Amino acid sequence: MARAMTSEPVVRVRGLVNRFGRQVVHDGLDLEVEAEEIFGIVGGSGSGKSVLLHSILGLHKPQGGRVELYGHDMQHLSSSERQAVVQTYGVTFQNGALISSLTVAQNIELPLREYHADLTDAALSTLVDLDLQLVGLPPDAAAKWPAQLSGGMVKRAALARALALEPKLLFLDEPTSGLDPISAAAFDELLLSLHSELRFTVVMITHDLDSLFRTCSRVGVLVGGRLVVDRIERIADHPDPWIHDYFHGPRGRAAQARAHG
Amino acid sequence: MDAWALQREGDDWRLSLRGDWSLASLGRIELDLAALPPSSGGALICDWSQAHAPGLGAVWALLERLRALGFTPARIRHEGSAPLSLELLARLKLRADTAPAPAATPGAGAAAAHVRSPAAQRRGLLDQVGRWAVLQGREARGVLEFLGRNTLVFRQALVRPRAFRPTSIVRHVYETGVTAIPIVSLIAFLISVVVAYLGAQQLANFGATIYVVDLVTIAVLRELGVLLTAIIVAGRSGSAFAAEIGVMQINEETDALRAMGMNPIELLVQPRILALMIALPALTVIADAMGLAGGGLLSLVQLHIPLPQFTERLREALAPTTFWAGLIKAPVFAAIIGTVGTYRGMQVRGSARELGRLTTVAVVQSIFLVILADALFAIFFEQIDF
Repeated sequence: MARAMTSEPVVRVRGLVNRFGRQVVHDGLDLEVEAEEIFGIVGGSGSGKSVLLHSILGLHKPQGGRVELYGHDMQHLSSSERQAVVQTYGVTFQNGALISSLTVAQNIELPLREYHADLTDAALSTLVDLDLQLVGLPPDAAAKWPAQLSGGMVKRAALARALALEPKLLFLDEPTSGLDPISAAAFDELLLSLHSELRFTVVMITHDLDSLFRTCSRVGVLVGGRLVVDRIERIADHPDPWIHDYFHGPRGRAAQARAHG
Repeated sequence: MDAWALQREGDDWRLSLRGDWSLASLGRIELDLAALPPSSGGALICDWSQAHAPGLGAVWALLERLRALGFTPARIRHEGSAPLSLELLARLKLRADTAPAPAATPGAGAAAAHVRSPAAQRRGLLDQVGRWAVLQGREARGVLEFLGRNTLVFRQALVRPRAFRPTSIVRHVYETGVTAIPIVSLIAFLISVVVAYLGAQQLANFGATIYVVDLVTIAVLRELGVLLTAIIVAGRSGSAFAAEIGVMQINEETDALRAMGMNPIELLVQPRILALMIALPALTVIADAMGLAGGGLLSLVQLHIPLPQFTERLREALAPTTFWAGLIKAPVFAAIIGTVGTYRGMQVRGSARELGRLTTVAVVQSIFLVILADALFAIFFEQIDF
């Protein structure tokens, strides 16, 4: 996994505009994610976090603005160029989005088979085994169906699938939601250890304040259709009333106390 | 260029790793690594200085191969811009090696996903018949239980009419009935035109074209009207019932209803069946009318039988029971389609594939059962001279 040498931001969003009917979700939103950082995105329910992620991934076509990944304008790429960029990032969805008719192993193999057709079955099973171990799933999870997995295992399996193509960039949509505190903390540690050794870039949507303080180096808060971005240590002191309430409510204070204590 | 080159270096070996070592080259690297000679004493120095972009999978494959060749981690040294991931992978390896038996054979779990156990392959005929019988037995019990629950809910609703869920019934009458009127009308009209046309051709040989009226009216009213309508409705609404309820099963919506003390049979199943039992007879009447219109039109255009003569002949041809012999079957067919569709929907568990399979089963089975029931009706009516 090559260390990114350029100072060029990995993700750059300029003037993003998203409207649904008369409701304005994003109003000229800007975002820059630097290489090898873990960037957290927080915001109230319905503030457009998922729409932002979908716009970056090209799953939703915004009404205005540009999205660049590694300097490529995603809206103006040919489909083959797009394919090449798509292979450099991994995504996990909120509910895992494992293909329910495939086993865990087959889910992980899916992108490998699609993009590396020359891999032998032995190589595939080695890679599946590696990915399962990376995310801390037992080998017998490989043959299980998604419906047989617990919530925490689904999140890990989804991460394993996202890691299969050895991405330089990971998008995680609420990776710890629905997990018990122990599993959530374990997921944080997993992410940190993988990050420290594989040096990928992470863009993470989360509602989990503990997770936010533990893993992220910078945070973007969605307020009024724009992102307020700052380092994790300073974001709580931002004057915006919503941000103040978010980080100084009972849960926010407790999470900060835990993070700093 | 090979992915590696091996040189003697004093007592040790130097393994120079060369070329592209990213995931994209893993297929080639695997083949190259297979040619690596087994361990023969001394340490192994892995020289990464000529390897380009070593990826996680390729490094893992190398470590795996070296382990299989008998190089313990203690005997391997890495030199020259070793990949960042080495430490992590070495730790994983160590954990895998010290873990209990299943974890010590990497890939076994993954392999099990593709290869069936030999025991499964050896299944004999007797074994299969046995399994089939048990499955059918369970299925029969499931159907019986479903019908029982439905009857129970129906009986309770008789005392507490609100449990019939009138709002829901109205919605489903609209969706299964009103919106089906155009397609049912069109098909009934066209099929009866075809039947009349074919009949006219044959009957013309005997100079008995006037009997086309008998043919069309009896065929449409007794059989075609209701049967065609039932088949269309099975395709439209039987599948919709199975899919709707199936998705609700997957989303745990039915569990949510149960947890709130509500009965999914009462809320989801019964209104659909009852609505269909209202909608299908109504659609049948429309199909009958359109069928007669089609027959009348063809008689007028092709056979030059004027409308008054057509209606007069129609009255003579019809016994008072003909219309009812068709219509009486409609609610029965509706009950079959509704029950099969909702039952298959309730059977959905977990996956998208299951949903597709059971929706298909719902349509195929309801059409089959409708035709079977129609045949039984035909025999029954014949016996009682209806």
